[in-house]
Amino acid sequence: MARIPRDGIIAVVAGAALMLASTGVARADSTITIATVNNGDMVVMQKLSSAFEKQHPDIHLRWVVLEENVLRQRVTTDIATKAGQFDVLTIGNYEVPIWAKQGWLVAMDNLPASYDVDDLLKPVRAGLTYDGKLYGLPFYGESAMTYYRTDLFQKAGIKMPDAPTYDQIRGFADKITDKPNQIYGMCLRGKPGWGENMAYVTSLVNAEGGQWFNMQWKPVIDSPEWHKAISYYDDILKADGPPGATSNGFNENLALFSSGHCGMWIDATVAGGLLYDKKQSTVADKVGFAPMPTGSFVGAPTWLWSWNLAIPASSKQQDAARTFVTWATSKEYIQLVAKENGWVSVPPGTRVSTYASADYQKAAPFAGFVRKAIDVANPDGQTQQPRPYQGAQFVAIPEFQGMGTQVGQTIAGTLTGQTTVDQALKTAQAAADRTMHQAGYPKK
Amino acid sequence: MRATPLQRLLSFIFGWGAALLLFFPIAWMVLTSFKSERDATSPGLFFAPSLDSYRDVFARADYLSFALNSVVISVGGTVLALLFAIPAAYAMAFHPTHRTRGTLLWMLSTKMLPPVGVLVPIYLLFRTAGLLDSRSGLVMIYALMNLPIVVWMLFTFYKEVPNEILEAGRMDGAKTAGEVWFLLLPLTLPGVASTGLLSLILCWNEAFWSLNLTSAGAAPLTAFIASFSSPEGLFFAKLSAASTMAVAPILVFGWFSQRQLVQGLTFGAVK
Repeated sequence: MARIPRDGIIAVVAGAALMLASTGVARADSTITIATVNNGDMVVMQKLSSAFEKQHPDIHLRWVVLEENVLRQRVTTDIATKAGQFDVLTIGNYEVPIWAKQGWLVAMDNLPASYDVDDLLKPVRAGLTYDGKLYGLPFYGESAMTYYRTDLFQKAGIKMPDAPTYDQIRGFADKITDKPNQIYGMCLRGKPGWGENMAYVTSLVNAEGGQWFNMQWKPVIDSPEWHKAISYYDDILKADGPPGATSNGFNENLALFSSGHCGMWIDATVAGGLLYDKKQSTVADKVGFAPMPTGSFVGAPTWLWSWNLAIPASSKQQDAARTFVTWATSKEYIQLVAKENGWVSVPPGTRVSTYASADYQKAAPFAGFVRKAIDVANPDGQTQQPRPYQGAQFVAIPEFQGMGTQVGQTIAGTLTGQTTVDQALKTAQAAADRTMHQAGYPKK
Repeated sequence: MRATPLQRLLSFIFGWGAALLLFFPIAWMVLTSFKSERDATSPGLFFAPSLDSYRDVFARADYLSFALNSVVISVGGTVLALLFAIPAAYAMAFHPTHRTRGTLLWMLSTKMLPPVGVLVPIYLLFRTAGLLDSRSGLVMIYALMNLPIVVWMLFTFYKEVPNEILEAGRMDGAKTAGEVWFLLLPLTLPGVASTGLLSLILCWNEAFWSLNLTSAGAAPLTAFIASFSSPEGLFFAKLSAASTMAVAPILVFGWFSQRQLVQGLTFGAVK
């Protein structure tokens, strides 16, 4: 029997161990693909993510930045076909519960204690919960508020009350409108779309005591409440709004306000930071803030939107993705942004601790308004009449995207003078009826 | 017949008018790219130009890797389409059957379906074949997408070539490949070149498939442009800068090859 040299055995064993070890390392190394939109806070995240890669040398990040609607379409195709191209998605609080119900998202349970999940703002957290589990972690959140020009108000001798009503706002708008000098008392979203004009319109309708559906899931768009709300919207934009209001969405109004053409503007709280930025806004030192106006039904759902990071069930790197999502929505990340870019740039609207920070309150004078607006946004609260759905400036059902945009187009038609408010509401009611009928509502 | 001064003036006005009208959006885009975000939405012609948008765009995204993907995918797609279309158009032009016309029309009819109609099936095929986010996948899609147009254009160019020339070649002992390579291609070179150029431009500008079938690795310049639009925040100056950088290569390329392009496209009429 030939003797096997001992050295040889050692060499073979060592070699095998080394090989195992090296394959082990290779397997632990993972690359995750993050799909996101090009909003300021996301751009900052992309920039600061090198800190994450330093902390986790075994996780590499790839970024796919897309336009919001393209992102939605792209991600839906990918999830529906289970292709697994993405490991982290940036989606709104409209999608999270709907997609969670479809089984498309991974539940975000077993979060580390240091994540302090109870620090998340309650209304924001509630919007991301389905069946008692979180399905997305909030990256930033927003509500809506009223922006106004302090100099124009002073000149007209009027003062913005602490809690304005829609009637008061109408009077102010008439007073400060100065069309020959291209100053328009009120700028509002007019561009048709469920996330554009209908976000504001839905909130306005809620404030006037209206709603989308009654408890039998029947659309109630041709109601007196809708009529009152849309007439108000139509009148104020025709009398005091900028020309061509139907092509104005958030960005267009932002541009109008920051170049000094709007007296007031009611829109997402995220605009506060942008209007306050001297590099982007010519009116940075003349912007005042007030809560959203109230209508005849006080306490109605107003506006709550959050951009969240979620993990699709089709992801093949769920653990690495979870590590990243937890990092990007943590307190530690907010501290990092504050250190690198200053407190005014931290992602707002997610954590109690952010608003408790004295540094943040000092750097962002609108912080208190934002926090309060989110607290009273009341997305799962009741409208004047009971309603079967949730959502503040949207209806949290999959059919809403198509229906909302369709109704948005009819309402934009009243601004251009194509239809009257009565006709528009009738058309919208018929369209919504049809959609709901086709979708099989009322569902058992 | 000589043109009267009035006719010359009119053709001057309409010619330049049409050219300026077509070029205006591009000129405006280039102008906007040098504005600040604050000025970008105002229609002013006078502003303090700055390179800030370009700096931001370069800092945010790796332009060169997107541009390289665009070049590889467009050239690849065009070459692949020509490889299939040259023999196909040859067969249809010189050896037609009673079904040739129908086949040609049927090929063109595939262009009538909006691409989104076949998105999900193609996405599933790509997923199964592992072609998602790969350059080779896009090369194939682009070749298929342009094949009908490339075949049609080559077919019309080949129809201009008298069959007798090819017959003479065959008398001298040329096989089919030799006929195509030594006779047909040299005779129709301007046509083939302009077909290739057109296909290249179509591939470069294609935005539906490139946005839907790529994510990070194989994304071309169209995806690069798309990443600068923002739902919340001003972005027109940066978007213009990104678009200017994306169209610049093909614009320069078009400038140098415009003679071939025009010659090829009017090939049949001036003979």
